[in-house]
Amino acid sequence: MGLANFRELVGDGVFWHSLGVTAWFVLLSVGFGTVFSLVTAVILHRVTSSTTLRGIILLPFLISNVVAALVWSWMLDPQLGIVDIILEKLTGHSIMFLGTGGWAIPSLAAIGVWKWMGYYALLIFAGLQTIPPTIYEAGRVDGASEFQMFRRLTVPLLRPVLALVLVLSVINSFTVFDIVQVTTRGGPANASNVLQMYIYDKAFGQFDFGYGAAMSLALFALLALITFIQLRFTRANTSDLD
Amino acid sequence: MSAIAMPARTKRSRGRRISPGRIAAWTYLGIVVAITLFPFYWILRTALSNNYALATDPSSPLPVGFTFGAFERALGIAGTAAAQAQGGSGASLDLALFLRNSLIYAGVQTVIIVACSTAAAYAFARLQWRGRNVVFGVLLSALMVPAVFTLLPNFVTIKDLGLTNSFAGLILPGAFFSAFCLFFLRQFMLGISSEIEEAAVIDGAGPVRVLLRIVLPMCAAPIATVSLLMFINAWNDYMWPLLVTNQQSTEPLTLALGVFKQSSPQAAPDWAGLMAATLLSALPMLLLLFAFGRRIINSIGFSGLK
Repeated sequence: MGLANFRELVGDGVFWHSLGVTAWFVLLSVGFGTVFSLVTAVILHRVTSSTTLRGIILLPFLISNVVAALVWSWMLDPQLGIVDIILEKLTGHSIMFLGTGGWAIPSLAAIGVWKWMGYYALLIFAGLQTIPPTIYEAGRVDGASEFQMFRRLTVPLLRPVLALVLVLSVINSFTVFDIVQVTTRGGPANASNVLQMYIYDKAFGQFDFGYGAAMSLALFALLALITFIQLRFTRANTSDLD
Repeated sequence: MSAIAMPARTKRSRGRRISPGRIAAWTYLGIVVAITLFPFYWILRTALSNNYALATDPSSPLPVGFTFGAFERALGIAGTAAAQAQGGSGASLDLALFLRNSLIYAGVQTVIIVACSTAAAYAFARLQWRGRNVVFGVLLSALMVPAVFTLLPNFVTIKDLGLTNSFAGLILPGAFFSAFCLFFLRQFMLGISSEIEEAAVIDGAGPVRVLLRIVLPMCAAPIATVSLLMFINAWNDYMWPLLVTNQQSTEPLTLALGVFKQSSPQAAPDWAGLMAATLLSALPMLLLLFAFGRRIINSIGFSGLK
């Protein structure tokens, strides 16, 4: 009993290391994920209302993380993977994407972006549909360019949806597990040992439930704090439409 | 206002003029679609290849040494000798068993969760009782708690109950409550007129009768939607089954696939067999998307907008 687990936590180098690894993963996947889904949603909204196209973009979201992780670990395989072969033809040397310390997290983030981008894009797309077209008319009359309208009208009016996407993707990325467990299992040498992986390892690999629970609590507190800051920062509950 | 604006809009954007912006936009979408779909094609291409031949021509866009052997191995209908001759590890994946487990897990959980959520949504949307809004607020805050944080306490509970390696242990913790499901159904019920229900109450029908005979048929569409979403969720679930089961008799497909990859000998993994199994496990989701695409896509708009 007591705070022993938390004291151990503070002095646990692996914990801080996995926190750093997780933060790097979150930064990459949330950053690229949000940018790609925003751009995709805006372009989709401007040129087509095709349900088929939206269905295609949603496809990776509907399959399990395990399937996504498996197909990507095959495509990124250092010997026979198609990505490596193409890369080698283009540049002359290949990269061990999931097997090198520096590349493991960026590769995992790329898999995550591929998996979730469509879902976030469709969330933003739904938000775009609520913006009245008259606002763009007014902008056009005032002589705003396409990019100015995106910057000055679309992004501010999308703020509540963007806040939701940010919160969802931060939580999703912070708690990433399946993809890591199936592809790298935290390796090589802890390079992709994300928090959830480490918690799983401690609690269910070494049966130290108390320590696992302590880390879960720490992760939860961290997420609650980040979510709170995000919601405040993005003023998620107020819309500029009113 | 909008009446004035509309003609201008139609003239501008629906004129199908080919502008550099449009070309760039469609090029971008084309690339996105290609990146989205390529892995699916690559699964199919690999699954139809001979595992030994794969190494001889790894970049061929078509299957190498075309064969259905990988599917036979994945389905366990190839003999061990034949499997090893095609580069299989000899380890087979009892796909039928895992499919059955996944169906039981996802199916039963979906039925329970949707039934509970429908009843609860009705209570929150229609019945008047003290503290209703407070309780609803508390339940909704569960939407903000990521599922992973309930894993450890749930696991300890299930273990103490002696339910590990059983379908009950697999299904029960997630079966009774889904904040999303509850919220989705309540919002829909608030939107439909209560006149018919009031008439039924005047005719002497109790709340249970009203729920079963009147509200349920009227909510058929949203109930179908949440059922789909819950089924997809449970079908794709990995971590909870990983914790609770380690016996083949209850393992769902996702788990079996993950283990299949790890148990492949490092020297020469049976990629073709693995991709065939992967494809077969993703197939139900792909079929659901083809059959109910519009419904699934529209529900995503809802979850974003509240």
